Amino acid sequence: MEKRIIAGALVLGIVAVFFLFSVLLIHPFGDPGQAQMDDYIITHTQNETGTQNGVTSVVFDYRGFDTLGEATILFSAVTGVLLIFRRVRH
Amino acid sequence: MSEMTKIVKTTANILFPFTMIFGLYVIAHGHLTPGGGFQGGAIVVSGCALLLVAYGSSWVFDRIKDKRLAAFESLGAIGFITIAFLGLMFSAVFFGNFLAGSGSLFGTTPATGSTLADFNTGGVLPLMNFAVGVKVIAGLFVIVLVMAYASSTKEWG
Repeated sequence: MEKRIIAGALVLGIVAVFFLFSVLLIHPFGDPGQAQMDDYIITHTQNETGTQNGVTSVVFDYRGFDTLGEATILFSAVTGVLLIFRRVRH
Repeated sequence: MSEMTKIVKTTANILFPFTMIFGLYVIAHGHLTPGGGFQGGAIVVSGCALLLVAYGSSWVFDRIKDKRLAAFESLGAIGFITIAFLGLMFSAVFFGNFLAGSGSLFGTTPATGSTLADFNTGGVLPLMNFAVGVKVIAGLFVIVLVMAYASSTKEWG
């Protein structure tokens, strides 16, 4: 029991050190490091896609191919559930 | 899954139309407000799952044909791909937005900056939202129904 507590405390300490480093190295709020793509999309989305909703313009227009993959994932999820839960008739 | 008491059924009766309207609203206004085909479809299916819980699986199996759900899922996927290939045909880019700014269906270009939302904008985005919405409704409802079918003794499909 003692060993488990010591091991747990050790793992917790290591994780806490990594979290501390990531908190110290985090970007300041509202100031991303690489913002060229964000600025382009924010500036051009209303002219190029004619949409008020920038998120939808990214999901279905700029990254439409990614959404095609998402739809495929949904299809394969349905197929997997049908395979697992189907009832075998004897 | 057996049916539940009259209290649950009455609550489901009241909540079901509002859930449907909200889900279809989220799908239809995907290019204006937060949400879209995926989110709205999940909301609609949560309403259908409410019916499944309240009325029991055999009540739903009598009214829903799995062949039709499969057809709807295929219809959504085919519509999505078709719009993508129409973009390839008309604007030379796969998933190209050939309707945006054309002045026809969904073709109005909004003024740059913070403006009032216009439903008739977005080009192919509303159509894609609709196709994905149909696909998600059919797909998730098939998942929910098949899981209910696995725990019931009734024959279906």
